[in-house]
Amino acid sequence: MAQMTYRDALRKALHDAMTEDEDVFVIGEEVGRYGGAYGVTKGLIDEFGPERLRDTPISEPAIVGTAVGAAMAGMRPVAELMYVDFIGMTMDQLCNQAAKIRYMFGGQIGVPMVLRTQGGTGRSAGAQHSQSLEAYVMHTPGLRLVMPGTVYDAYHLLRQALRQPDPVVFIEHKALYAMSDEVDLDAPPPDWGRAVVRRTGSDLVIVTYSRQVHYVMQAAEALAGQGIEATVIDLRTLNPLDFETIRAAVEPIGRAMVVSEGPLTAGVAAELSARITEECFDFLHDPVIRVAGEDVPISVSTALEAASVPSADLVAETARKMLV
Amino acid sequence: MTDHPLSLHVPEPGCRPGDEPDFSDFEVPKAGAVRRPAIDEAPEKMRDMAFSIVRVLNRKGEAVGPWAGTLSGDELKQGLRDMMTLRHFDDRMLKAQRQGKTSFYAQHLGEEAVACAFRRALEDGDMNFPTYRQAGLLIAGGYPLETMMNQIFSNARDPLEGRQLPIFYSSKDHGFFTISGNLGTQFIQAVGWAMASAISGDTRIAAGWIGDGSTSESDFHAAMVFASTYKAPVVLNVVNNQWAISTFQGMARGNAGTFAARGHGFGIPSIRVDGNDFLAVHAVAKWAAARARAGHGPTLIEHVTYRAGAHSTSDDPAAYRTKHEFDAWPLGDPVARLKAHLVTLGIWSDERHIQADAEILDEVMAAQKKAEACGTMISGPAPSPRSMFERVYAEMPDHLRRQRQEAGY
Repeated sequence: MAQMTYRDALRKALHDAMTEDEDVFVIGEEVGRYGGAYGVTKGLIDEFGPERLRDTPISEPAIVGTAVGAAMAGMRPVAELMYVDFIGMTMDQLCNQAAKIRYMFGGQIGVPMVLRTQGGTGRSAGAQHSQSLEAYVMHTPGLRLVMPGTVYDAYHLLRQALRQPDPVVFIEHKALYAMSDEVDLDAPPPDWGRAVVRRTGSDLVIVTYSRQVHYVMQAAEALAGQGIEATVIDLRTLNPLDFETIRAAVEPIGRAMVVSEGPLTAGVAAELSARITEECFDFLHDPVIRVAGEDVPISVSTALEAASVPSADLVAETARKMLV
Repeated sequence: MTDHPLSLHVPEPGCRPGDEPDFSDFEVPKAGAVRRPAIDEAPEKMRDMAFSIVRVLNRKGEAVGPWAGTLSGDELKQGLRDMMTLRHFDDRMLKAQRQGKTSFYAQHLGEEAVACAFRRALEDGDMNFPTYRQAGLLIAGGYPLETMMNQIFSNARDPLEGRQLPIFYSSKDHGFFTISGNLGTQFIQAVGWAMASAISGDTRIAAGWIGDGSTSESDFHAAMVFASTYKAPVVLNVVNNQWAISTFQGMARGNAGTFAARGHGFGIPSIRVDGNDFLAVHAVAKWAAARARAGHGPTLIEHVTYRAGAHSTSDDPAAYRTKHEFDAWPLGDPVARLKAHLVTLGIWSDERHIQADAEILDEVMAAQKKAEACGTMISGPAPSPRSMFERVYAEMPDHLRRQRQEAGY
């Protein structure tokens, strides 16, 4: 067992992957000497050198575009975007190129790259540095999408992402980097693409991912004190999406809530809600409820920032309303 | 044919932490040495301007050469006051950030002349699309310090209602469009604004601003294409302050040529100026603005300066560059240089400077006191979440009205 932070776990995953596979390299702004905007790659340059921690000029389309090119040449690039908010600039390379190359080229060539970035609220970083844009990625066929919520998952999911044959978008949460946990990295790794049931209860199922896992767990503890027992599912990867774990939990209970930090409309929660409704309709006692971000840009003001995304209180309150 | 393994070039700065500052390969032309082309000179005839540096102030504090003489003594004194105001403003706001009154700040230390002098070359109504270190445009344009601080503190009188990052001021009336946290986007918008001005038969021009590092963004190149195609009435400014957070400027240009020379491929007249020389920045800005107004199209200006402070309150320069680099910086301190010039002219003195410095500090502190009375990030009323549903659209749609109701506001 070892005590480490989410940031340490990501760094260790990169370290171990780079040690094991010499085709793995990191490319991005300030990833080398400076160690990344959030310190994830700090120190790796000392061991692996500037060729494998490649600092770039400031051009997100070029970072992602060169990673696509290098992946097609047989390497395993880890492209780092400082903020997921910059993904818009890379959409052509990511969604029109990386996502479709295997398909368009008759399967001759794949793009085994990982796009590492971070998103979410919690640091008063404002409208252009606090977004949860996973729905953009989830909406594009050909991309995998990973959103770890725990230290253990941060390590294993990044290791597994670096073994995938297809492009993976790996979105960390900026408010989790300093979170520390005791983890046993020698234990058998989780199965790729499987959700994990974090808590079981018989009154309702709450499906979530990334930082919201912690808010939902807090809410579930508060609810338990009031006699309401929730099952909590952490999806871990949004693509692959482990719907079987959701189905197995929802069908016997008949009540489901989906919690996501991204905006409500046409978001991840909307997709999950639609799917649960379609596939588990005969088992549901109530409509599936989405708890998600308000459909507004994120403000710098901490009061507005906090009010624009789900909180443990909001999750608990919504659950209570479902059950009265 | 040889089997030579291929390799890549990685630009490196001349010195790193622990090294002695070294600017030996940085060529500084003599003040007054660079010619002043006519505003309608063909771009291909003035390519030399991208490889030298326009300088007006010499070591004795005299204004010399063909670019001298664009400002009166009173205007120069006001320019000095603007720069001193910005320096005190920075100092106070950095302290406020350390006290938790705001979450973020980016100081201008060492590059105050660029925006303060540039603003004097513009007319009211012209529009700037700034980046992080152009608050001098606002200060020189008479925008109230208190309003700037209200924005920085996200307080009850913040004109941007607690939504925008500190220092991301925005004032349409003061020709300061807004700052984007996603870099480079404003460069192409400046071209679009200038095109609209020309399309609608207006006389106003636009100025775009970008840092050395962000010239590697696609938007920089896209902006140059359109500016060149349509000869848009825009002044395109690259502020080369040597460092893009931890990335040294050579990284963005492959350590070859100059940022100004990037304009040549687009047929855009391109010129380098001593960004720490208030008179030179003003003269070059005036020249570029005159070109735009006369229908000769865009100009690319590279302001050569040095960011003496950190990029922002989020980084520590000691991690990536050598200490005392600013002391060794060959273009000096813009405030000290303009002060020396005014003393040489006989219209300023050390005593008056000390007195003015104290007056300005009082003004800045008075503004801060007023702003803090309306709250800071750790005091006073926070905006109500009720407000966050407003202005997402011009009129609030039903689904947001419903979300606001459900949220209990």
